[in-house]
Amino acid sequence: MVLLQIASAIGNLALVCAGLAVIFGMMRVINLAHGEFIMLGGFAAVLSVHAGVNIWLAMLVVAPLTVAAVGLIVERLIMRRLYGRMVDTMLATWGVSLLLIGLTTTLFGNRVVGIAAPLGSFRIGGYSIGAYELVITLISIAIFVGGYLLLRWTPLGLVARATMQNREMAASLGIEPSRVYAVTFGIGAALSGLAGGLLAPLSGVVPTMGVAYVAKAFITVITGGASIIVGTATSSLLLGSISTLTTFLTTPVVGDVALLVSATIFLRLMPTGITGRIFRGAP
Amino acid sequence: MSNEILTVTGLRAGYDRIPILFGIDFNVASGEFVGILGHNGMGKSTLLKTLMGHLPATGGKIIFDGDDITSLSPAQRARRGLGYVPQGRQIFPALNALDNLRVGAARLDRASASHAIERVLEELPRLKPILTRAGGVLSGGEQQILALGRCLCSQPRLVLLDEPTEGIQPSIIEEMKEILRALSRSRRMSVLLVEQNLDFISDLADRVLVIQRGLLSEEVDPEVLRRGEVVAGYLPSSDDVIKS
Repeated sequence: MVLLQIASAIGNLALVCAGLAVIFGMMRVINLAHGEFIMLGGFAAVLSVHAGVNIWLAMLVVAPLTVAAVGLIVERLIMRRLYGRMVDTMLATWGVSLLLIGLTTTLFGNRVVGIAAPLGSFRIGGYSIGAYELVITLISIAIFVGGYLLLRWTPLGLVARATMQNREMAASLGIEPSRVYAVTFGIGAALSGLAGGLLAPLSGVVPTMGVAYVAKAFITVITGGASIIVGTATSSLLLGSISTLTTFLTTPVVGDVALLVSATIFLRLMPTGITGRIFRGAP
Repeated sequence: MSNEILTVTGLRAGYDRIPILFGIDFNVASGEFVGILGHNGMGKSTLLKTLMGHLPATGGKIIFDGDDITSLSPAQRARRGLGYVPQGRQIFPALNALDNLRVGAARLDRASASHAIERVLEELPRLKPILTRAGGVLSGGEQQILALGRCLCSQPRLVLLDEPTEGIQPSIIEEMKEILRALSRSRRMSVLLVEQNLDFISDLADRVLVIQRGLLSEEVDPEVLRRGEVVAGYLPSSDDVIKS
């Protein structure tokens, strides 16, 4: 049962990090609106379900597509002018974050809305765990395996990796960098939206919920290092395990502290992240 | 001339408010190998960057294959058949050599890309043993050959070559010379080479243009350039010209 709980926590952490891994890990954009993209995904799922849309459709399709659309608008109107200027992108996405919090608070109020988790729960011995939490873990695994295959083995992945390494050279070979950046940002936003949609039944949705995710996500992605898929998966595995085990033994607050402390130790020992030391060269 | 692949008229460009090119006029015929000679700071690389679209032209026109491409993006120019091997090679460091070639062929369909890469590997056999090595760990010479191969994978009709001998050991320079000579014959592609290596440019180019302070000052017969004693008459400072 403890192992299932740990797997679930790792799955949740990896899911929350996936979008950021793409936008920060690949594009080097410090997206401070990452938490708000998750929040928007949550709202998209909740509102869709309340409007009568099937819950799976709402979480797996409506939420990512809605946030991808928002991401593409943000990329087209703001980010496109700021690539390569890290501080400026940070300030701009912070502004987007505040705007999204303000808009959703105005529209829906500062209260938690939610939907019931599907699938119910099952018991092992004296403990019970939601089947839906395990489904989230499986979806996280699918996202990371799919992302690895996409980046490593498809022309789209190759072009994206090349463009992120040297956009001027990619352009000299006939690749339109602005299109690659837009698609990459859109995919990152869609993954954040998917995370928000899937987590909505577990955590509820409130305009300020993004704050709870953004720090954890950044710490995990940075600890993972340059290889966004393998690095983020590995750091989610390590940090998620440490955090959950500590939570079991103490309290959730101490669990979060353990995550931060262990990330600090990892980065002290491996300043370029886990994949700066091992799994080098993996996508 | 009807067989001109590139016609440049009155081309001006610079960095921010600093003008570097002051009205460049020249042309390249189809299948022709044109060299541009000049020492550092004369505008050689700026010219190629402007032709490729990485720097905006502030005046003049670039006609490629009959079309005005002055306002097109670098990617659009590449898709029309302009190839670029930049100074410093600009290899994708985290991709292996084969993936670097694949990026060169990325805009082709699968069959054409595969054929383009196979052809490049036949033409540049030195790449075969290093295909699985990361671009960033290759030697300067290997990177230069890879950069050329990557450019060829995009099937260009005109290749812009920016100082391919820079930082390369002499044996590789000789090899590059043979490779370029063979390629320009077998592919019948046009090449615009900017260099300050006299032997390299005079051995390869059909004609050589001298660039001085952002202007093409004169055209020199490569045969004349090979006679080292007349170099001083064509260049502002022969001390700045590397004679390999």
